[in-house]
Amino acid sequence: MDILIGITILLVYQLVGESMVLLLEWPVPGPVVGMLLLFLTLLAKGRIGAQLLSTANGLLSHLSLLFVPAGVGVLVHIDMIADEWLPILTALILSTLVTLALTALVMKWIHHFTSQEGKTHGRR
Amino acid sequence: MAADEFSSIWVYLSATPLLGLTLTLVAYISAYALYRRSEYNPFLNPVAVSVALLILLLLGTGTRYDDYFAGAQFVHFLLGPATVALAVPLYQQLTRLRALLLPIIVSLTTGICVAATSAVIIARLLGARPATLLSLAPKSVTAPVAMGIAERIGGLPSLTAVLVVTTGIIGAVVGFKIFAILGITDDSIKGIAMGVTSHGIGTARAFQISSEAGAFSGLAMALSAMASALLLPWLMSILGFTQ
Repeated sequence: MDILIGITILLVYQLVGESMVLLLEWPVPGPVVGMLLLFLTLLAKGRIGAQLLSTANGLLSHLSLLFVPAGVGVLVHIDMIADEWLPILTALILSTLVTLALTALVMKWIHHFTSQEGKTHGRR
Repeated sequence: MAADEFSSIWVYLSATPLLGLTLTLVAYISAYALYRRSEYNPFLNPVAVSVALLILLLLGTGTRYDDYFAGAQFVHFLLGPATVALAVPLYQQLTRLRALLLPIIVSLTTGICVAATSAVIIARLLGARPATLLSLAPKSVTAPVAMGIAERIGGLPSLTAVLVVTTGIIGAVVGFKIFAILGITDDSIKGIAMGVTSHGIGTARAFQISSEAGAFSGLAMALSAMASALLLPWLMSILGFTQ
């Protein structure tokens, strides 16, 4: 019963999200709006219900399974990918390395800088 | 004789959703068991292994992707509710999120712009076609959102889905090695970088390191999904890739 309630909550928020996107012609996908609305609801309520918590954890712990059908879709584009595999693979690998490194370093620097500043302010 | 019977049963079953759905689950459970037995060797990423198993099976039996997807769509559908469910880890990390708000916003914006721009520019230098470039742009964004973005800027949503999954796998394989080389020790930083680069697959990997890395990765993926939907169409038009 818990999972049933949990999944219903998630679907209702997704449905409301999708409807808002359609009605207001927002350039954002429906599930993202649903997530934002659920987040705001949790902020307002101040706690997470047990049913929602166990369902969300269950769904997120096997998140990688959900990407499998889309991944098998490589079959549909096999010709295009065979044609352009070198630029595609090079772009994916280099871009992934650069993004991982830059994001981590920028966050480290700013975190370092702001916490240093915090300490200086604290001493004054 | 036996082979004939097998192929006629296969033809009958592949016309129903039961086969695609069951194969997806069996392939994933097997791939995950292998992954666990290898003590989580990142090169045996369960998404990569199950996708490879299923492709070999479909090619070997001559089953069309559409017939497979008729069953697999039930798994694919759950990406929507799973995206909504990201609000839960987001809420659980609220205090840390507040404390790290500025570093997160700046590094997230950097990550989103670098991910899209670097991929598109590298692919263009190597001679990829415009449709491929536009399908590459949202490759670091979680699948359902990336497909929506690709559609809007003139890419191919189904190609984007494949590129998104591949990016996820690459990030999951190399991510924590990069952090070790760069001397990144903070799990919140590792999580943010994983989530913004490798979305859900990176998040699944980050949860294996610690629940803090996983929550921050989920947070970065969720925020990036929202920000990318707004930023990327604009970024691609500034760079001159769309009108």
